[in-house]
Amino acid sequence: MKPEIIIIGGSAGAFDTILSILNNLDKSIDTPIVIVLHRLKNSNSSFESILQRSTHYTVKEIDDKEKIEKGFIYTAPANYHLLLEENYTFSLDVSELVNFSRPSIDITFESFSILLKEKCCGILLSGSNHDGAIGLKIMAENNGKTIIQDCDEAEFAIMPKAAKNIYNKHQELNTKDIINTLNNEYN
Amino acid sequence: MIKLNELDELLFTIKKQFDYDFSDYSKASMLRRVNRFMDINNMKTSVDLKFELINNPTIFQNFINEIVVNVSEFFRDPSFFKSLHEKVFPYLDSYPKINIWTAGCSFGEETYSLNILLKENNLFPKTRIYATDISRNAIEQSKKGIYDNTNFKDYTKNYYECGGKESLKNYFVSDEKHSMINSEFKQNILFSNHNLVADSVFKECQLILCRNVLIYFNSKLQNKAFELFYDSLPVHGFLAIGKKESLRFSSVYENFKEIDREEKIYQKIR
Repeated sequence: MKPEIIIIGGSAGAFDTILSILNNLDKSIDTPIVIVLHRLKNSNSSFESILQRSTHYTVKEIDDKEKIEKGFIYTAPANYHLLLEENYTFSLDVSELVNFSRPSIDITFESFSILLKEKCCGILLSGSNHDGAIGLKIMAENNGKTIIQDCDEAEFAIMPKAAKNIYNKHQELNTKDIINTLNNEYN
Repeated sequence: MIKLNELDELLFTIKKQFDYDFSDYSKASMLRRVNRFMDINNMKTSVDLKFELINNPTIFQNFINEIVVNVSEFFRDPSFFKSLHEKVFPYLDSYPKINIWTAGCSFGEETYSLNILLKENNLFPKTRIYATDISRNAIEQSKKGIYDNTNFKDYTKNYYECGGKESLKNYFVSDEKHSMINSEFKQNILFSNHNLVADSVFKECQLILCRNVLIYFNSKLQNKAFELFYDSLPVHGFLAIGKKESLRFSSVYENFKEIDREEKIYQKIR
């Protein structure tokens, strides 16, 4: 069966927003969440352990060909692109950088939405490049739910703005409304 | 742009016409590669693509070169090379002759990185490296060993992070745009065309490096490759795979022990 999934993409300035979304999700929600955040390669950062402190989910960095399970937050590993296979397992790829990024948010949004269609919810947060805009448009065209962070609220608005510029029907929400929307939608 | 259902049909045609079997490759990644190839070559539909592949002999080889991912870097994952140096090299040193297989060597970055470390640790004179790839183009590029200068800042950083003490550039001859690996690092490497899917064991090797290659296979094909590696290793031989790849679901898992869980280095124990 097609799983439901929430995919959060972000870059510079997105980390705190992610933490506050996770902190405020209702404890009864267990829809799998995938986080694609641009970060330094080779950085042995404590990203996952910081996330873990903010959520009732189990946080896990993705391994190749791993199955999507409820109750998990999956993070895209640094220096790999993240895609989805037909049997709903994760697939990693080390091909060229896209938008100067690996992982590229565009690639993940596109790959997941062409398989999961309306079961996808994509959220694009603060960031200072254009990654994610094209992918989010593709997701919207595949009937997925698409949200961009309020451009006035985002620390770096380039990313959500780029998405808005090429497709104007995304919901533009501040952090509080993103949380409310997720709590209404997935409870 | 083609869709997933057209991809299956395309791969079937390629298998029948050219005897290259990509049917158990990771579909998600393959779809991206094929669409990228079509984009670069201005092809609109899968019919266009099939027509060109069948009627234009040079295009097929280009297609293979393009859909197989050949992106790599020197000393990718410095912590891996550090661990290899600390945990595997001492074992290797106990052999009078060392054979190493770098499977899926792309343009040679990984193989030469390894060779530099072997040299710095005096294992170089007794080591023979077999570097293989499915792509003929990758093998030709590897043999040349010429790399764009733009990424050398990253490579140097990687090199120092894995404990390098020299200047990486000393191992290359450079002009403004490119750097070529010193010819001594080519002497002990045999580059050849090998298909992990179709070909069999060709040499017993004490260390096999196959990092970020199996991610392009589905689980069934990954398992087949693991069996091939198992058969190519002597007892106590080492297998290193990519950081996010896993041996756990393969049929040979029980025959290995973990040398470094994080860096995915395994040793054959039976």
